[in-house]
Amino acid sequence: MTEQAVQQAVVPSRRQASAVVRFWRRYQSVIREVFSHLVLVPLAIIFMIPFFWMVSTSLKPDTQIFLWPPVWIPKPFMWSNYPEALSFIPFWAYVKNTLVIAFFAIVGALFSCPPVAYSFSRIPWAGRDTLFMMTIATMMLPYQVTMIPLFIIFSRVGWVGTYLPLIVPHFFGGAFYIFLLRQFFMTIPAELTDAARIDGASELRIYSQLILPLSKPALATITLFEFLARWRDFLGPLIYLNTPEKYTISLGLQMYRMEHSTEWALLMAASIVLTAPVIILYFFVQRTFIQGITLTGLKGV
Amino acid sequence: MRMFSLETLRVSRIARRNLFYGVLFASPWLLGIILFIAYPVVASLYYSFTEYSVLNPVKKFVGLSNYTNLIFKDDVFRRSLYNSVYYAVFSIPLGIIVGVGIAMMLNMKIKGQAVYRTIYFLPVLIPDVAMAILWIWVFNSQYGIVNTLLWQLFHIQGPGWLASPKWSKPTVILMSLWTVGQAVVTYLASLQDVPQSLYDAAEVDGANALQKTWHVTIPMITPVIFFNLIMGIIGSLQYFTIAYVITGGDGRPGQSLFFYAMYLYRNAFAFFKMGVASAQAWILFIVVLIATLVVFRTSARWVYYGGEEAR
Repeated sequence: MTEQAVQQAVVPSRRQASAVVRFWRRYQSVIREVFSHLVLVPLAIIFMIPFFWMVSTSLKPDTQIFLWPPVWIPKPFMWSNYPEALSFIPFWAYVKNTLVIAFFAIVGALFSCPPVAYSFSRIPWAGRDTLFMMTIATMMLPYQVTMIPLFIIFSRVGWVGTYLPLIVPHFFGGAFYIFLLRQFFMTIPAELTDAARIDGASELRIYSQLILPLSKPALATITLFEFLARWRDFLGPLIYLNTPEKYTISLGLQMYRMEHSTEWALLMAASIVLTAPVIILYFFVQRTFIQGITLTGLKGV
Repeated sequence: MRMFSLETLRVSRIARRNLFYGVLFASPWLLGIILFIAYPVVASLYYSFTEYSVLNPVKKFVGLSNYTNLIFKDDVFRRSLYNSVYYAVFSIPLGIIVGVGIAMMLNMKIKGQAVYRTIYFLPVLIPDVAMAILWIWVFNSQYGIVNTLLWQLFHIQGPGWLASPKWSKPTVILMSLWTVGQAVVTYLASLQDVPQSLYDAAEVDGANALQKTWHVTIPMITPVIFFNLIMGIIGSLQYFTIAYVITGGDGRPGQSLFFYAMYLYRNAFAFFKMGVASAQAWILFIVVLIATLVVFRTSARWVYYGGEEAR
């Protein structure tokens, strides 16, 4: 056989072989996908069951809550559980209190964190890296260490029982947001700010007219995270708010539970009302959520 | 020579200018660190050596006795430390295994990826207080949905869950897995950054799916696993809100859910023993510090940063 003939004999079989490999790969990936769905679907159902149970219970008439076997779909839907749950506690007052705290905390964070991140990412000054390392280190400091002296200071200046201890610290930066913003600012090309500097722009101008407008997604992330943090915060209000008129929604719901520990329909209705705004917000700004988590969670310390 | 000195003059002027603006822009945080971190840290250390009650503001120096009393004489302290360490030891590795597992399945360009991701992420959005209340009801031993389903599907008589001292901690660990979606998002983002070329190269070398997972995928996402591990250690040792709401602050049944931060809170704000509570805070800090340092030390051996350039 000549070499050519050998090649002619081999090439088709090689083609055949690659078809087999292709088929095998496709087959494997289909198997893998089917297997994944077999795991993911039951898991997703398990993840959703508590939600279902929460909604179902919140709509049950009193008589259907303690039944065996349980009622899955309440008959009839007791929509009146919702207004009843909300009238048991000064719900709207709690929402208003929470929003007031959240609003000022967000203003504080947006005022104080971006300039610090700018300093960390754009101005090479002596001691900057040390301060940045300290900033990272403070993230490891348990809240409990600073909690007690801060409480003592705030009680000395007569702020306990007001919103000030829950608001004022946010005007002095926070390690997590500074880190997040710094990571974001680092992705803005240095040529941009260097060119502006050569053109004689002041730092303040570069910061306010170049960096800030480019950073809207990161600022949105901070606004969102801060809102969520204040909406969900429990320990802070628990320590500092001592009169029911001042309670936030999380604290109010906990107090409500202590008083009505067996009225499950109402408790579930109130929990849904506490959760719903967050879930609605998630569906509107899903990308901001995911970006924020990956930006801080991914790039590492 | 003249040129040289002008040059250094210019450099030092730029350095001075940078220092000025750097400090100016960082000033909110510089103040914040001093007022809300440095001072409280020092004060807390000082309080931990004193007998100090807010009701009686005269601090009495007692040396190390707050620490020695806690560690050697206080059963509740040891109990609460044990509970928190137990929670951390089980919830962190389980969270990593389940989180990475879900993320790897979602990463297979699977149909409905966005829907799955949303479903797994939704529990993260529930405020802690609402979640605690919900889970009391979900795990209610008589009328809760978990025991109902166990009975109807498998004819298993479920345990008392949160009402049983034996099952209460496993139950809250199970609860922590419900919010694994947050970590899944980070793993997924990192998995999507693994360059295809690495898989192709592994395939040329004849690696099977399992080998590709173990030798390519896992090493490439170790930085994120590392990050979640550190955050998990810090967070789980401070575990508070959910257990506080579930038990109304007293850690029932039988102190099985009385976690470290709850005892600290009680000493500080129910008994006003600020000195003892400060010592507790410092012991917590030291435990967190040692645990994270150990993880950092070992990280050189298992965290792989080679993928950084590929991004």
